[in-house]
Amino acid sequence: MATTDTVVEHEVHDDKELWSGAKEPFKASYGKLMMWYFLLSDAFTFAGFLIAYGALRFSSPTWPVPDFVFKTHPFGSSELPLIFVTVMSFLLIISSVTMVRGVQEGHRNNTKGVVFWMLLTILGGIGFLSCQAWEWTNLIATEHMTVTRNPFGTHVESGVYLNDDGSESDEVFEAGASYLIHKAGGHGHGHGDDHGDDSHGGEAHSDDGHGDGHGAHATDPGDYKGHVIDNEGFLHRKYKVTEGPNEGMVKYESFGPKSFGALFFFITGFHGFHVFSGVVFLFIIMINAASGLYVERNNGHEMVEKIGLYWHFVDLVWVFVFLVFYLL
Amino acid sequence: MGHLSYEESIKKVYQGLILLGVVTLIEVGLSLFGKGYIIGGVEDYKAVIYLVGLGLIVLSLYKAYFIIYEFMHMRYEVKGLALSVLLPTLLLIWAIIAFFQEGGSWKDRRDQIQEKNAEPSDAQGMLPDDVYRLENFG
Repeated sequence: MATTDTVVEHEVHDDKELWSGAKEPFKASYGKLMMWYFLLSDAFTFAGFLIAYGALRFSSPTWPVPDFVFKTHPFGSSELPLIFVTVMSFLLIISSVTMVRGVQEGHRNNTKGVVFWMLLTILGGIGFLSCQAWEWTNLIATEHMTVTRNPFGTHVESGVYLNDDGSESDEVFEAGASYLIHKAGGHGHGHGDDHGDDSHGGEAHSDDGHGDGHGAHATDPGDYKGHVIDNEGFLHRKYKVTEGPNEGMVKYESFGPKSFGALFFFITGFHGFHVFSGVVFLFIIMINAASGLYVERNNGHEMVEKIGLYWHFVDLVWVFVFLVFYLL
Repeated sequence: MGHLSYEESIKKVYQGLILLGVVTLIEVGLSLFGKGYIIGGVEDYKAVIYLVGLGLIVLSLYKAYFIIYEFMHMRYEVKGLALSVLLPTLLLIWAIIAFFQEGGSWKDRRDQIQEKNAEPSDAQGMLPDDVYRLENFG
């Protein structure tokens, strides 16, 4: 019994120490611990979004193919699937690494080093945001995707496109092929220049071009021989089904699953907003570090460590956004 | 940190950069392979699509592990802290299974409705309650 008594006594002794303050649970400061728990809750928010994306994607008979949707980039006219978004990923990875370097210099109280590496981190974040701005502008202004409209469709049946006079063209496609619905008359401006004249310019349209080659069409809404123009001015090309139970039927291209636009803009937007707030906080903390505030606090630049945790989390979320939106 | 010297930890950071970069490049290559860009025709095999998907998920999880354990220094925290942050995320496994199942079920139901709508609707040989249903709901 003597051993038990000593144990109890020992525990009471320990309790007194616990309640006397100055003891950190998990050997982490309050700020760092709460940053971890904030990031945990934020992870659940993002997981909610990404799981919603998965559920809606699973519930859809077709889904836009990422290497078809994300093949544009600002470095020329050729199409490179996924390359631009890979560049974006590398920007975030590199800025994560410069952040780690900043935290390391902070531990050594090297103010100059902290400011230098944080500046590089901020530049990486701004670079990422700029890329995202270009990507969004391209999707909205050139490809006319919005929160409620998704012009990226997928064929569920094999078929052959019709010419402007209603005859079959030599453009055939298989089930699973992707298409992008354009605005009639090029980029959506210029209305009614070609009134009622839809029979000329029967050249083959490029299946995956971006708004070129459609300048010759009439832009009035209506049911034409080779296509349908809806009230918003979108040109849905007609095709004849060549396989399956609907063989011989003439159909026209429909919009892709509507939820794609909303999910894309909300999820990448929410992530982009995290990057933006990260850049703002990095900037504030960089100024504070430069002023010598954290040297005075003498806690190894803990504030830099905390914003570092946040910044790595932004990179971490991107790993999964990149996975579900672009890779799978 | 503690146990690593300054030079060692700097070296480790740049090794991490190379590791994450290489894994990302492998992911992009694997994704493009799965879509039939590198060897045409492979995208028609269901097994290839599943294997590529599985590979991508595993590589992404590895990246996540590396970022949390090295860059965010979770490796050097007390075990209780790591568990209190990481264990709750296990709930997400349940959420993922449940909601993906749900999504698949929505699709099945929608297909079923479409099939039923496509059936010829002649009134002959129908049960009385079918007629009732038709009269009431068009």
